[in-house]
Amino acid sequence: MAQSSALPVEQYNFDIVRRFMIVAMIYGVIGMAVGVYIACELAWPFLNFDIPALTFGRLRPVHTSLVIFGFGGSALFATSYYIVQRTCQARLAFPWLAEFTFIGWTGGVALGVLTYMAGFSQGKEYAEFEWPLDLAITVVWVCYILVYVETVRRRSQPHIYVANWFFLAFLLAVALLHIFNNIAVPSALLKSYSVYSGVQDAMIQWWYGHNAVGFFLTAAFLGMMYYFVPKQAGRPVYSYRLSIIHFWALIFLYMWAGGHHLHWTALPDWVSTLSATFSILLLMPSWGGMINGIMTLSGAWDKLRSDPIMLFLITSLSFYGMSTFEGPLMSLKSVNALSHYTDWTIGHVHSGALGWVALVSFGSFYHLMPRLYETRMYSQTLIYVHFWLATIGIVLYITSMWIAGIGQGLMLRSFDDYGNLAYTFIETVEFMHTPYVWRALGGAFFVAGALVMVYNMVMTVRAARIERATLEAKLAAKLAKA
Amino acid sequence: MTMRHEQVETNSALMLLLILAVISVGGLVEIVPLFSINETIEKVEGVRPNTPLEIRGRDIYIREGCYLCHSQMIRPFRDEWLRYGHYSLAAESQYDHPFQWGSKRTGPDLARVGGKYSNQWHVQHMKAPRSVVPQSIMPNYPWLLTNDLDYSDVADRMRALRVTGVPYSLTQQEYDANVKRFGPTVADQLDISKAEDNLLKEARDKNFDGIPGRVTEMDALVAYLQSLGTMVDFTKYDEGYFATFR
Repeated sequence: MAQSSALPVEQYNFDIVRRFMIVAMIYGVIGMAVGVYIACELAWPFLNFDIPALTFGRLRPVHTSLVIFGFGGSALFATSYYIVQRTCQARLAFPWLAEFTFIGWTGGVALGVLTYMAGFSQGKEYAEFEWPLDLAITVVWVCYILVYVETVRRRSQPHIYVANWFFLAFLLAVALLHIFNNIAVPSALLKSYSVYSGVQDAMIQWWYGHNAVGFFLTAAFLGMMYYFVPKQAGRPVYSYRLSIIHFWALIFLYMWAGGHHLHWTALPDWVSTLSATFSILLLMPSWGGMINGIMTLSGAWDKLRSDPIMLFLITSLSFYGMSTFEGPLMSLKSVNALSHYTDWTIGHVHSGALGWVALVSFGSFYHLMPRLYETRMYSQTLIYVHFWLATIGIVLYITSMWIAGIGQGLMLRSFDDYGNLAYTFIETVEFMHTPYVWRALGGAFFVAGALVMVYNMVMTVRAARIERATLEAKLAAKLAKA
Repeated sequence: MTMRHEQVETNSALMLLLILAVISVGGLVEIVPLFSINETIEKVEGVRPNTPLEIRGRDIYIREGCYLCHSQMIRPFRDEWLRYGHYSLAAESQYDHPFQWGSKRTGPDLARVGGKYSNQWHVQHMKAPRSVVPQSIMPNYPWLLTNDLDYSDVADRMRALRVTGVPYSLTQQEYDANVKRFGPTVADQLDISKAEDNLLKEARDKNFDGIPGRVTEMDALVAYLQSLGTMVDFTKYDEGYFATFR
């Protein structure tokens, strides 16, 4: 890894990395802005405007798909294509297939989002794409696997670097989950019915749903972390042994945990109990990853004061640690009885999605920008501004959701002195209005931060262009003289 | 440990194989038995597949993303019992492709909303929720009343559901089996060849949307909502009975 920086840039395919990074930021800003909009709809329902495509029920999958698959997915394509080339010291294999993954993935997400707004949905959370899009995504994913694995096979050193283990697990697991969860019988071009029903469908859906978190939003982003944290810190990974243990433990345990989304439902108790048990065990490999990442900085803690990119990366690991503690807590049946169906879950997801996934991606992009455009970031100050806007946004978001979720949970289960329900459902809705407003504000802070980043990136690219033009002009002048 | 791991991390094929093995275990142990253990779905009478009109209503429910704010899964707690009724059985969603249990209650649970309110209430509530519940944050769905229901492909939808295992009948044999299982009235509703007639008849007879002579999307959605949670007669079973399946 250390030697790779000595190799000339042209050796690698950075063009596709740049494009995936740009698309990630575009989808990210739009997806997060849609999130703020639907958050406002819950606070002020007139914003639904009686327009079908703008109602909460249709826009919510637009938000989740844009941020998970559009932003997160494109960020993973960008960073994994970068990391696999650098750590294997090999150019990306099958360039035309890689090109196809770019067109297929970005186009697929755009089409999917438009079909949701038009009212086409499979009706399974985070798997709302109708069957033709599911098929297209499967093809793109298989191509992604081919490109990635072949590049690993062409590596010019014997060892596969740890970041790639995580990406390989992510590639295989997502293929498995996507295919089995989406098997459906079509009745028309954009309408199908899941082959599973009721309790089996529920379990398969949450096996998919939880591992979309576990592999798409965790394992793969840990792969990102394992490259960019040591690189940015200029230090080796804290513990090689720990990375081996927590890698295998993490990918094994995650696949058992999905049933905790179905506590106290008609799912048989044995599955629910088993899932809770594995969810609690999952705390250990999760924290193994957090410790390995944060401790990589040991001996260089001063970088937190001088390097805003390090601030992004280490804060993301802290949020990762926090939400992987909160997760097992919420998977306990007694806690889940209160938290399930409430906004506590929404807050939990966002502490992971904003705090971990988005921050580690932003940090990695800030690391990549100068290397991909052979220049320096336009403004260091704006990176700090972004960091604080994002952090304040996340804190506002998750605290307001704790209040809304725990508050609603407590209200719904309280009784008066005569044993009657103390509150009607609609009273809890009224109660949640204020936290909903704060949540929307938190989201707005986060989007503002992302916009600052986009501005910083645009200015950096522009500066790089001007630099290159002047350099070329100088060169031409010199050549003309000679 | 590190010595042995060296072999894995220098061999991409071996690593891929090991990963695949490790990630497959959880699903195999937890999901596959759900298809074969008999107690997974309670033995209970009365649960039937949706009528053609209810199918269309359910499709509209999915189209509008209702499941993102409303659950259809009552948990066995005292407050849920008082608010919504008997806890949900796996049997009650056995024909639901896909399941609509939901994961969030921004609005109340709907698993037993059937028969709780009048058709008129539902129509008014869907058209303008705040006109009946002032503090509601639900969007208005006025287009459900103005859109005529497209029922041209309802038979196609039933045929697809039949492939997934819902007992809609195409042959005389399947029809006879349904008569035996559900009785002649329900069996008629499950007959794919009569799908369109059945849909129109139910919409006209019950006139859910209150507009005579027109079959709107509202007809279908209200028909579906009014069916939710009404199929099992819980007075027929004592409480201990369902616990034996959990």
